[in-house]
Amino acid sequence: MDNPQQLRYSKEHEWLSAAEDGVSTVGITEHAANALGDVVFVQLPEVGATVSAGETCGELESTKSVSDLYSPVDGEVTEVNEDVVTDPSLVNSAPFEGGWLFKVKLSGEPEDLLTAEEYTAFAAG
Amino acid sequence: MTDAPRRTALDATHRALGATMTDFAGWDMPLRYSSEREEHVAVRTRAGLFDLSHMGEITVTGAQAGALLDHALVGNLGALKPGRARYTMICREDGGILDDLIVYRLAEQEFMVVANAANAQVVLDALADRQPGFDAAVRDDRDAYALLAVQGPKSPGILKKLTDADLDGLKYYAGLPGTVAGVQALIARTGYTGEDGFELFVRPADAVALWEALTEAGRDAGLVPCGLSCRDTLRLEAGMPLYGHELSTALTPFDAGLGRVVKFEKEGDFVGRAALAAAAERAAQAPPRTLVGLVAAGRRVPRAGYPVTDAGGTVIGEVTSGAPSPTLGKPIAMAYVDAAHAAPGTEGVRVDIRGTHEPYEVVALPFYQRQK
Repeated sequence: MDNPQQLRYSKEHEWLSAAEDGVSTVGITEHAANALGDVVFVQLPEVGATVSAGETCGELESTKSVSDLYSPVDGEVTEVNEDVVTDPSLVNSAPFEGGWLFKVKLSGEPEDLLTAEEYTAFAAG
Repeated sequence: MTDAPRRTALDATHRALGATMTDFAGWDMPLRYSSEREEHVAVRTRAGLFDLSHMGEITVTGAQAGALLDHALVGNLGALKPGRARYTMICREDGGILDDLIVYRLAEQEFMVVANAANAQVVLDALADRQPGFDAAVRDDRDAYALLAVQGPKSPGILKKLTDADLDGLKYYAGLPGTVAGVQALIARTGYTGEDGFELFVRPADAVALWEALTEAGRDAGLVPCGLSCRDTLRLEAGMPLYGHELSTALTPFDAGLGRVVKFEKEGDFVGRAALAAAAERAAQAPPRTLVGLVAAGRRVPRAGYPVTDAGGTVIGEVTSGAPSPTLGKPIAMAYVDAAHAAPGTEGVRVDIRGTHEPYEVVALPFYQRQK
């Protein structure tokens, strides 16, 4: 699987887009979506909520398990993907596109995030 | 268990198909090949192909093979006709369930007992313990068989392309020896999905050839390889118990709502009889907890071990299995709940899902029954 070059990645398997006007998009990687299996329920943070890097901010449920959703950065949630709440299978079918989870206004520079190459190696390891 | 997981004869096939593998009862088994929901739907509407080689086969032979099984198990196996199969259980002296089993009578003096992978050694040991005094032999045949299953409404048509065996004459819970795609097999009309289907016991050396032949024969019918993940949601929708979830040594068959498998009327004594007679009376007079179905109003999925509560938050039971149901489009669960809350339609039943009390409807099992 290809991890898009323009994104950065956390070791909790989230991706973060490059900021536009200080706002980045967050989702989970295809590797993570494949590991979960069919996602059936997504609980996202609320718009306006403050999230912190490495801390849980939601849940993803699949057929077999429930997993915490971690924020890869510090910031304030500006938008959540209602489409993915309605149709959680978007996380599996388009994890880097229509399956995005939330947008966050960054309050600090993201730290410790991986490049696509670094994440690919990390996920393979 | 620290040993490396065991691999079935189809291991390389699963890997070539890109299966996600999982450790299951000491075996490295396919969890899913693609989407478990799509695999589930394929079995409900077309056909699915499973590798179930982890199941534990035990052969019991001899003039008193039937008598030994009547003594060792709760069912009436001596009365079983050759070519037929029974769902039954093996219990401890105190009535606790050691395992649930399917027993095939292959011949007058030959039975095959199929145990769950996790319990196969326990069942083997218990049968060996209970054998003295009977003119019968108990043989560990776990390595003698690979087990492939074809399940789903299209499975008879698919299998017919590969065998001359009389499938139309093969009833549910019957088995006959035959040749499938040139491979010697015990063809059984059994399964764990709630659909029509077949289980094929073959030599491990023949497993790959049979898998490939079934894949080819099923291509036009839409047969897909299926993993254990969809097997679990299929059996849950069909209301079938899974050992370690709905069944355990702490429960008797009566506690599990499966008292019908205990045949008190059979000849001779059997292990657990006294305790089971008491359990039957208890279940009739004052059932402690009852196994029920729960259907979610919301979308959060109940998992094994989650508490069931009443509207006031008092714990009234516990979830034993839960999953999103592809057929119902909602999360479902089986749970043991206090008898007072077990009637279908009981109001105010909740499942505590990690601190949030979500409303659930109590329903009769099964959740799904195929149209015959």
